[in-house]
Amino acid sequence: MSQITDLTLAQLKQALDDGDLSSVEITTAFLDRIDSLNPELNAFITITHEDARKAAADADAARAKGKASAFAGLPIAHKDLFCTDGTRTTCGSKMLADFVAPYDAHVVSRCQQAGLISLGKLNMDEFAMGSSNENSFFGAVRNPWDPSRVPGGSSGGSAAAVAARMTPLATATDTGGSIRQPAALTGTSGLKPTYGRVSRFGMIAFASSLDQGGLIAHTAEDIALGLGLIAGHDPRDSTSADQAVPDYTATLSDPLKGKVIGLPTQFFDERLDPAMRQSMNDVLDVFRSLGATTVEVSLDHIAEAIPAYYVIAPAEASSNLSRFDGVRFGYRAEHPKDLTDLYERSRGEGFGGEVKRRILIGTYALSEGYYDAYYKKAQQIRRLIKQDFERALNQCDLLFGPTTPSTAFVIGEKTADPIAMYLEDIYTVATNMAGLPGGSFQAPLIDGLPSGYQLTGPAFGEGAILNAAHQIQTATDWHTLRPESL
Amino acid sequence: MYEAVIGLEVHVQLSTVSKIFSGSSTAFGAEPNTQASLVDLGMPGVLPVPNARAFEMAVKFGLAIDAEIGKESVFDRKNYFYPDLPKGYQISQFDKPIVGPGRVAITLDDGTIKTINVTRAHLEEDAGKSVHDAFDGMTGVDLNRAGTPLLEIVSEPELRSAKEAVAYLKVIHSIIRYLDISDGNMAQGSMRCDCNVSIRPQGSEVLGTRTEIKNVNSFRFVEKAINTEIHRQIEILEDGGRVIQETRLYDPDKDETRSMRSKEEANDYRYFPDPDLLPVMIDDSFIEACRNTLPELPEARQARYIKDYGITDYDAGVLVADRDVADYFAEVADTSGEGKLAANWVMGSVLAELNQTGSVITEFPVSAKQLADLISRIKDNTLNSKTAKTVFEALLAGEGEVNAIIEAKGLVQMTDTGAIEAIVDEVIQENPDQVANYRSAPSDKQGKMLGFFVGQVMKKSQGKANPQAVNQILHSKLGS
Repeated sequence: MSQITDLTLAQLKQALDDGDLSSVEITTAFLDRIDSLNPELNAFITITHEDARKAAADADAARAKGKASAFAGLPIAHKDLFCTDGTRTTCGSKMLADFVAPYDAHVVSRCQQAGLISLGKLNMDEFAMGSSNENSFFGAVRNPWDPSRVPGGSSGGSAAAVAARMTPLATATDTGGSIRQPAALTGTSGLKPTYGRVSRFGMIAFASSLDQGGLIAHTAEDIALGLGLIAGHDPRDSTSADQAVPDYTATLSDPLKGKVIGLPTQFFDERLDPAMRQSMNDVLDVFRSLGATTVEVSLDHIAEAIPAYYVIAPAEASSNLSRFDGVRFGYRAEHPKDLTDLYERSRGEGFGGEVKRRILIGTYALSEGYYDAYYKKAQQIRRLIKQDFERALNQCDLLFGPTTPSTAFVIGEKTADPIAMYLEDIYTVATNMAGLPGGSFQAPLIDGLPSGYQLTGPAFGEGAILNAAHQIQTATDWHTLRPESL
Repeated sequence: MYEAVIGLEVHVQLSTVSKIFSGSSTAFGAEPNTQASLVDLGMPGVLPVPNARAFEMAVKFGLAIDAEIGKESVFDRKNYFYPDLPKGYQISQFDKPIVGPGRVAITLDDGTIKTINVTRAHLEEDAGKSVHDAFDGMTGVDLNRAGTPLLEIVSEPELRSAKEAVAYLKVIHSIIRYLDISDGNMAQGSMRCDCNVSIRPQGSEVLGTRTEIKNVNSFRFVEKAINTEIHRQIEILEDGGRVIQETRLYDPDKDETRSMRSKEEANDYRYFPDPDLLPVMIDDSFIEACRNTLPELPEARQARYIKDYGITDYDAGVLVADRDVADYFAEVADTSGEGKLAANWVMGSVLAELNQTGSVITEFPVSAKQLADLISRIKDNTLNSKTAKTVFEALLAGEGEVNAIIEAKGLVQMTDTGAIEAIVDEVIQENPDQVANYRSAPSDKQGKMLGFFVGQVMKKSQGKANPQAVNQILHSKLGS
């Protein structure tokens, strides 16, 4: 048997069920690997050794009595914006560096109920704002494939931790590409479910109408297992969908014969990097070899997605982040002169640069006299984008394209140019604007670095996305490639 | 001559058991921050979940004022920083309120009815409270009230005097009490009023610059605050000055309004639809279900009382203003079978007593059944108006039931004409001069002079003689 930490969630579950491995063995293996790699990669902000070890022992005991729940004793780690009762939740910010929530996020409690053991809390761009994980108060996360490069963001810690085999499964969130882009840059699988599929309760908000919790893992199969646990209606989130959760693993093996893959012309125009085009063509060849056909479709308003997104997301963020005022929780400036000073310095000292930039943009966009020109206009564009996707998905089963314009870039390369950074999400933001499910899965390496392809499905079409990705993963070995240095 | 232009924004605290977006209790008076949940505290990651009861109450109010109900009700965020506003925004409604244009009728002093248009009414959450006197040199924050549902009712600027404003406010108060959607307790802040006031030359169609007087908390203060503000504005204009658009506070101790903040200092609230809450779709069946639970409203009840009890417009209006008083009156009238007498007693003795003690009818010591008994005994001539008053006071003092009191105090009215005749004879004998005067007086003066003899007879009978019988007997005896 290969190393424990190389195994997928499904393989680990099998080994536990078969009695080949104990939860203590598994947990210890992952904790040891975290301890050895985290100092360099910085994927974890908090590692919960003791809690995890105790839970592992408990899980083994329960399993011995035949009383264990289905996922008892299997490891997971949570992006540090899912609130965890008793363990700090920092959101990658100085503002919440010492914040301990008195409650668990819905996603966290679902995982816990299923028996999953949390290894700790994962690094991220501050308040999920960023595409490189360089905007963390706790320092940049490094890409396991090349530590001089970024892992993508904002779920950079989640992606790096899975890629480096520090955990087989990680929760993550995606507001404009924050699951898919880092998954693509680290050679992992990532799924952003349909808006409303996973409850946002206890997930610290960036942009409420776009935020969605999801997962990063090695395979589509592992995501199918995990999604079954965290998806479903939650009365504590009014925007959570009251819709039955299918067994996502049951459809993984469905044949792709006859499936129609839509290729948005805007994703394949002359601007697409030739190496990335080659990578995408390699994936498409596999789709065709499995009996799927392709059809060109058009997403007419896709060019407007980034500008509209950078009005809507900051607008919502400017309001969502108002609660961090130094009054009830989080960072509080010392010796405030008066109330205004308390507000100004708590926020001025507690938030990082990118967060402040977006609060300013959002505040401006919502201001009297600008609302119609910015926020309202952006919402109109959002509706047009949604219609584009509906039309396109009427002509095919799934949309296909690159997840990112290029492979992982070098740390510091784009920090001085926010627009260049924002364009990292050029292929991903539209999916959030339309509220649709999107996944990124491993494509061939380009010059030794991972690339990812993106599948977008109709609302609640997570099963179809995972099925297609699983079929590709069954036919190829891109998802099994590992960073050589580790 | 100036004309005042007044519009009111009335905040009504809805009497739901739990808050509008969380499960915490709305009860008044708990220890600070013991009724504040994670949602009320605005903790990171928590989300609001709307309370259906608040929608029911708002729709009922809308139906009661004949308003359009917003089929798509949208919650917006009103953004501003304040320590008692935990999220940094208040969830309110901006351009898609639950209640659209409606109207209420007010009765003016001269008895004419004036219709006041209601622009809208929307749902929102209340803020917490800053506590300035609990800590030395610091301000505390109590979030028990944060998230309590409010219905903000906005009138058109169609009120023309402080009196009209109060009349409007009383109608709104009456409606919410009838609907049982709020306790309407102004002293506890369950109903608060912002008054928008401007003045303009009589006959002008152009609106003057308005000021907004915030948070006035009694009918009397609304009247005084508006009058004071009208005065202040007239003085400014008369002195050649200009009214500045601003928010002002009324100080009842000094009877003056003071500037709170000017328009320039006003917040830009950056309203936008709350992405945490989907639009609430109100369908016809929900509206019909609300309509079916509507009680009889003050206007309809007034009309019914006029018809059923034969009382005047005015009396019916006074009696129905408060739902509990109206119910009390109806029970008295139905039980005694005497509408007019019941109206006189309730309006005269009962309401006077309530006013004087500042109490409410539900805590009144004389039950409707007791008052009805009292009226029955007046009707059967056991009591006259004087002895009835004595019994009423005994009832107030809790001295027992009507018949027992009459018995104990020996108040049975003397209707035996023989006995009354004997007393009359006595009085005539004892007052020969007055008798002579009476007999020589012209007949139009005699009516007034008769009062003296009636008084004497009543005195001798210890108030128990039937006044009509006394009159009759005196008349015939003195006439001869």
